[in-house]
Amino acid sequence: MIIHVNGESRGIGDGQTVAALLHELAIRADRVAVELNLEILDRKDFETRGLREGDRVEILSFIGGGAR
Amino acid sequence: MDTINDRLVIAGREFKSRLWVGTGKYKDFVETKKAIDASGADVVTVAVRRVNITDRSKENLLDYLDPKKYVILPNTAGCYTVEDAVRYARLARAAGVSDLVKLEVLGDEKTLFPDTVGLLEAAKILIKEGFIVLPYTNDDPIVAKKLVDIGCPAVMPLAAPIGSGLGIRNPYNLKIIMETVKVPIIVDAGVGTASDAALAMEYGADAVLMNTAIAGAQDPIAMAEAMKYGVWAGRLAYKAGRIPRKLYATASSPIEGML
Repeated sequence: MIIHVNGESRGIGDGQTVAALLHELAIRADRVAVELNLEILDRKDFETRGLREGDRVEILSFIGGGAR
Repeated sequence: MDTINDRLVIAGREFKSRLWVGTGKYKDFVETKKAIDASGADVVTVAVRRVNITDRSKENLLDYLDPKKYVILPNTAGCYTVEDAVRYARLARAAGVSDLVKLEVLGDEKTLFPDTVGLLEAAKILIKEGFIVLPYTNDDPIVAKKLVDIGCPAVMPLAAPIGSGLGIRNPYNLKIIMETVKVPIIVDAGVGTASDAALAMEYGADAVLMNTAIAGAQDPIAMAEAMKYGVWAGRLAYKAGRIPRKLYATASSPIEGML
């Protein structure tokens, strides 16, 4: 099935969880925030939250930034 | 005065450093880390952005800045609406470990001045959700007071537009803010060089936050060190109490005993 991760389409296995997606992308779960269809997920739900066709996933983390 | 024990306390949290620094605009993470170490800052601001999912070789800022050693202060930089600022603050909390957020709601791209109407609205929402909101605001004493009244434990008025390096454009407003609100004042944005930071502290600011003045300097690491001393010099001078300004001279050497 196709989902959208950070604005890009991506094919994943049916019923894949958020944790599995992060693992597949080699992203450390403890350093990111995940928004699924505009809902910010609790980190403890990554393991159980399954993804569905057409889901929009945003994965964000801290980058350099400041008062500029 | 003992600079080591002159701690800044905000919402029950103690901060070692009165110089806070941003982590943007550096050449790479190594330079970022070196500059921050040279500045002595224990609070560093970060932005929240999409993870690069196509190039995972990219290193993570937190590989260089251990959250156990530094207070990571996420900002809502780049947000021009209440909705965006609230969304980014929530994402920052979900990505991090604390309720701290440096709240920015910007007015326009040219000045990056705060939209203080939006700022108050976003602050209200986030405070209700348990955030510790440190608002980036204008040098407006009335807005500063309103921000404190709704529960901000500190205010962060600008010295000048973000990245402008103009220094403190309105010292009198800053002074009025300091007399008006009884929470820590962190002068944020617009500092150009060490004397600007020293001046902010001499006026009575509790801390100074900067990014471009260090990251954009020809030698960022040397400038970071200069800023550290600038902030402490200003703080010490403020605590010491300067002499009043007078129009005419007062001799330092006694007349007595002269031939």
